[in-house]
Amino acid sequence: MTDLDEKAKAALFKKVAIVGADESDEIGIVPHKSTLQLHAEAARNALEDAGIEMSEVDGIFSAGSAGWSPTLQLAEYLGIQPTYTDSTSVGGSSFVIDIEHAAAAIATGLIDVALITHGESGASGGRRGGSARPALDPWHPAAQFEMPYHIGGAPTHYPMACTRHMHQYGTTHEQLAEIAVATRKWASLNPKAMMRDPITIDDVLSSRWITYPFHLLDCCLVTDAGGAVVVVSAERAKDCKKKPVWMLGSGEATTHQTIASMPDLTTTPAAISGPRAFAMAGVSHEDIDIVEVYDSFTYTALVTLEALGFCKPGEGGAFVSGQRTAPGGDFPMNTNGGGLSYTHPGMYGMFLLIEATRQLRNECGDRQVPDAKLACVNGTGGTLSSTGTLILGSD
Amino acid sequence: MPQDGYKKPLPTPSPESKRYWDGCRKHELWLPFCRDCEAFYFYPRDFCPTCFSWDIEWRKSTGRGRLYTYAIQHRAWHPGWQDEVPYVTALVQLDEGPRLYTNLVGIDPDPAQIHCDMPVEVTFEDVTEEITLPKFRPVGA
Repeated sequence: MTDLDEKAKAALFKKVAIVGADESDEIGIVPHKSTLQLHAEAARNALEDAGIEMSEVDGIFSAGSAGWSPTLQLAEYLGIQPTYTDSTSVGGSSFVIDIEHAAAAIATGLIDVALITHGESGASGGRRGGSARPALDPWHPAAQFEMPYHIGGAPTHYPMACTRHMHQYGTTHEQLAEIAVATRKWASLNPKAMMRDPITIDDVLSSRWITYPFHLLDCCLVTDAGGAVVVVSAERAKDCKKKPVWMLGSGEATTHQTIASMPDLTTTPAAISGPRAFAMAGVSHEDIDIVEVYDSFTYTALVTLEALGFCKPGEGGAFVSGQRTAPGGDFPMNTNGGGLSYTHPGMYGMFLLIEATRQLRNECGDRQVPDAKLACVNGTGGTLSSTGTLILGSD
Repeated sequence: MPQDGYKKPLPTPSPESKRYWDGCRKHELWLPFCRDCEAFYFYPRDFCPTCFSWDIEWRKSTGRGRLYTYAIQHRAWHPGWQDEVPYVTALVQLDEGPRLYTNLVGIDPDPAQIHCDMPVEVTFEDVTEEITLPKFRPVGA
């Protein structure tokens, strides 16, 4: 470990825990609720899960979907006056990174109770006239050097990374489809998942192109949903309703914003954040029981496994083959059904945290991974731009 | 020739990028070059993003490179492309080093024909009186 890693471990290893986690009352297609309602329901549910009152929350963390300053809007809406706010906005990884930021704030004594919330009307917001992202200044790099050639979101840019990976390593459409099929099997075990009917590799390969090389079934859902988690110190965790889910390791990394400036299209910043998280936790890949990684696309999950070091660069396709990540496989991954089949309002990272917490508490019913004690969580945001990696564990 | 009724987004040259867009109008590809790194970089800014030196100059590119990667866009997410799907978005790695986001033209949008690392060269498309967009085509297309 580097000196910095040693310092971070001393400060943060097992110093805070997730003690509450839940979704909004409804997830899926929820046109009759605002994004703020989704935040609030999730916050209430997560605080109830923890046994903590809203009045105890002194730090609020959020990103996106609540105006130019999400935490200002949220604090007002929720009726609290926090002494610490964090609107880190680096895409769908933000909420995973918020855990590390909350840990630092709690460990240094700045706050007692961190509430991290998410609410987004990915499916229904546009129909109300809402927009997730404000217009760019025309002098911004993307407006000058990208948008004259193409306008489109993540589903149109991530494919460029995938094409390069396929060229460089021989990764196939069938290997990518393995992830979609396995993740759907997990969704079929999750009553809250939107898409629960089984699919086959052929179904994926015969679904229409969104952007080559991605078929429709390589792409995540677009839904409405809220989620929240509550993070407190080890001391405060003793008085909570359920057993703590410890933050044992964390890492954060950013390498670029737009795809043209991505240093290496065949990896992700998880190659930086992953080793930091593992070093802080002092565990190895073989120790991990469950893996929850952002699957905006099948490719995102595949390349993340490589970047985190679960397999070597280029070996992700072979690694996920044979339904290895499905229920009953030896590498349980995205056990809620993922962004591909459970829910994905737009910034999915929050739901990785909720599922990891539930698995480590043995609350998952039909989809419970037996004896899950150690989870690796990785959120990816932007255009494969930003990652947050966590190692979470239960006693 | 400028195109009538051009509906796609147009770049707005900034103080940092004016030299680049002026070059394109003359059908020349000019890139910023760091005198300290002795390397080209992209996109234009007043300093080198590798070493943060502000000692930079502009140099003319050969306009040749290779197709680093691509994607075939099957849906128009903006009305400007309504009549053009499927079309190809690409990252081209110039022989001088930098990577540019662009469109690959002069070839069918067909993965059986398009290959990463295939040699490509710049071709200039005059879209308005003021703006010319550099695009890339397979060498010899």
